[in-house]
Amino acid sequence: MKNEQKRKDRGRIGEFTIETILRFFAGISILTTIAIVWTLFSETIIFFKEVSITEFFTGTKWTPTLEPRHFGILPLFVGTMMIAIGASIIALPFGLGSAIYLSEYAPKRVRKIIKPLLEILAGIPSIVYGFFALTFITPILQKFLPQTQVFNAASASIAVGIMIIPMVASLSEDAMMAIPDSIRQGAYALGSTKFEVATKVIVPAALSGIGSAFVLAVSRAIGETMIVAIAAGQSPVLTFNPLKSIQTMTGFMVNISLGDIQHGTIEYKTVFAVGAMLFVITFVMNIIAKMIVNRYREEY
Amino acid sequence: MEIKIKVENLTFYYGNFKALDNISIDIEDRKITALIGPSGCGKSTFIRTLNRMNDLIAGTKVEGTILLDGKDIMKNEIDAVELRKRVGLVFQKPNPFPKSIYENVVYGPKRHGIKNKAQLDEIVEKSLQGAALWDEVKDKLHGSALALSGGQQQRLCIARCLAMQPEVLLMDEPTSALDPIATMKIEELFETLKKNYAIVIVTHSMQQAGRISDNTGFFLNGELVEFGQTDILFTKPRDKRTEDYITGRFG
Amino acid sequence: MEVRTEQNIYKQKKSRNIRIRKAKNIIFYSIILGATGFGILVLGLLLYQILKTGLAWLSIDFIMNMPSRFPQKAGIKSALAGSIWVISLTALFSFPLGVGTALYLEEYSQKGTWLNKLLQLNISNLAGVPSIVYGMLGLAVFVKMLQFERSILSGALTLTLLILPVIIVASQEAIRSVPETLKQGSFALGVTKWQTITGVVLPYALPGILTGSILAISRAMGEAAPLIMVGAAGYVAFLPSSPLDSFTVLPIQIFNWTSRPQEEFKNIAAAGIIVLMALLLFANGAAVMLRNKYQNRMD
Repeated sequence: MKNEQKRKDRGRIGEFTIETILRFFAGISILTTIAIVWTLFSETIIFFKEVSITEFFTGTKWTPTLEPRHFGILPLFVGTMMIAIGASIIALPFGLGSAIYLSEYAPKRVRKIIKPLLEILAGIPSIVYGFFALTFITPILQKFLPQTQVFNAASASIAVGIMIIPMVASLSEDAMMAIPDSIRQGAYALGSTKFEVATKVIVPAALSGIGSAFVLAVSRAIGETMIVAIAAGQSPVLTFNPLKSIQTMTGFMVNISLGDIQHGTIEYKTVFAVGAMLFVITFVMNIIAKMIVNRYREEY
Repeated sequence: MEIKIKVENLTFYYGNFKALDNISIDIEDRKITALIGPSGCGKSTFIRTLNRMNDLIAGTKVEGTILLDGKDIMKNEIDAVELRKRVGLVFQKPNPFPKSIYENVVYGPKRHGIKNKAQLDEIVEKSLQGAALWDEVKDKLHGSALALSGGQQQRLCIARCLAMQPEVLLMDEPTSALDPIATMKIEELFETLKKNYAIVIVTHSMQQAGRISDNTGFFLNGELVEFGQTDILFTKPRDKRTEDYITGRFG
Repeated sequence: MEVRTEQNIYKQKKSRNIRIRKAKNIIFYSIILGATGFGILVLGLLLYQILKTGLAWLSIDFIMNMPSRFPQKAGIKSALAGSIWVISLTALFSFPLGVGTALYLEEYSQKGTWLNKLLQLNISNLAGVPSIVYGMLGLAVFVKMLQFERSILSGALTLTLLILPVIIVASQEAIRSVPETLKQGSFALGVTKWQTITGVVLPYALPGILTGSILAISRAMGEAAPLIMVGAAGYVAFLPSSPLDSFTVLPIQIFNWTSRPQEEFKNIAAAGIIVLMALLLFANGAAVMLRNKYQNRMD
């Protein structure tokens, strides 16, 4: 009896210990968020003690490492947006087209082949896309548009676009597959063609899911680093010409980190200020994507 | 007459919904107690309070006392985990683990610290014999439990309980997912099991209650309307509602 | 009478209307088939381009040599060793943390409470944070604050935080798929919660957990940006011997070579990509095989 009691007590203590450990594990994700916000913003606050906020957000020159130093982030921001827009032009139609095909048209057997292929495309490291942009896409662009520079926004944005096609495709497909079959059958029973069912019934019904997929994909494009570091160039100049060399926010962060940056220098703080801005932009976009999806849930 | 479980003034809530209202009942040892009533009347909820399975559902509340051999199981005199070992539960749908037959039976004993291979083998044989399954599966003990028929799976689940050497067996509509022949086999099994255990069985079939049980309780809307010896309850019900139910006027 | 006129309207319009609508359908079908084909075509082109550029440069020497200023002599030995170090440690840290968090969320923490909601929201937000931001976190916390310096350990911890949300979400899905009846069957035998988790929940969920985790870890294997932030070097001519050594990894070595102007370095970059992709293919193949093996055992 005594032994039994002991075993039980030990068992209870064991259960309690395990739960405590697991709770601690779960807490690590909260700590991660706190640490991200804290590290980015504590350095950024110090950064803004040395650089005026107005200059940072409205200045058109970005030369944080060269005298005379300028800290206008607009060239980087415009560079980032060019990549994001270019990538969207590629990824949205091709991703949505693939999603409609897979969800509404493709026979089961074809789906079974195409889906893993798209997964492979999604699993390719971004460094490989960067290599592809530089050694394959850029030469093609140069052939048709001879004024294209070796490093240019267009080539990088095409590669980023290709990289996020699978993301747009699979999230949009999920949204379309979530629509009950009864709705499709209702439309077919009225004599609709597949085209009409897909474009007039399914896509509108899945619109918020598709919209959220787009927002998430664009957010991903904004945060993409290695492709732009390889193929887009390192020229933080304010330009809207996609065939010219540019620099994005992420490209700047990588570029400066390749050198040995010392803690406490203005370069170090600049990286964190740019990183904080990148974090805020992607965070807001992710929240927007979630809000779109939540609205869509309520409709069902 | 020896009382195994004495329930006094048991009231049970799911959130604000009162699922059981002031139930008092005596479960006799080595007898079969059947609980009947229309679906949603609280009979399943009731037997799940007897081994505190309802603890696993959030937002429930229990009042009253449940005495197992005179000890209050609600007052932590008995640990819920320990209690479930002594009061086994067989579910409506057979739910063997996706493991071998052997592993299913030794699942509980192993986790209660029995490691000796010979001892485990003995438990497997005894439990499967106890559940009248041994002869059918003794040559494929290491085959998957999911390959068995529904009736065999349910008897395996009974064997899994027996392996814990329980004192009480709770059965929650144990044959409702089975065909008549499998049902008959399990009913025959009850006859032998009751020599060693107190059995409480929830059933949707009055015929089954009449065939196998010694005592029967009739539940309606969370209330225990009537409780007594099966033959008396079925022939001379005291309550009008019981009479209506067993004569098939509702439910 | 009226009904009949209406029927006539449709009859007259019928043949033309249906022909146009069917034509539209076929055109649309061609367009989306082309859209789907585009992705696959690009995949083919990409693989072709890399094999064409790099295959001839792939050799035993390439794998066994240290990096060099001369492309003919350069190899990926130190990068390969660095990648293996970093990925092993990342797997070691992230798997228990991810599965543990998923277990806490699914089996311990109550659904609908503010804590559970906060954790879920937080994890899905972390999944959307760009990988380079994790690099900054690693730089500030692991490299500087905890003074692990620019080491394998700093890199592995950074990648652990990066892939943790992916492992958690995949594990949660796998754990959620365990039938409630099985868990109840275990509890009804007087078995404790943790014993139920190790006895029923984890064995049942393991294929899903493993597949998700291996995919996440193989994603970490291709990451360069966060490791550049924590200071993985571009040129390392020695093999790391402890988690506190400095290091480089395959993607960074490839990046380094790609960024050089000489054509030959593009060739060895491609050869490096072939090795990296072969490793990823191997990892993914292992994930699929593990899944199949366990699924067979369960049935």
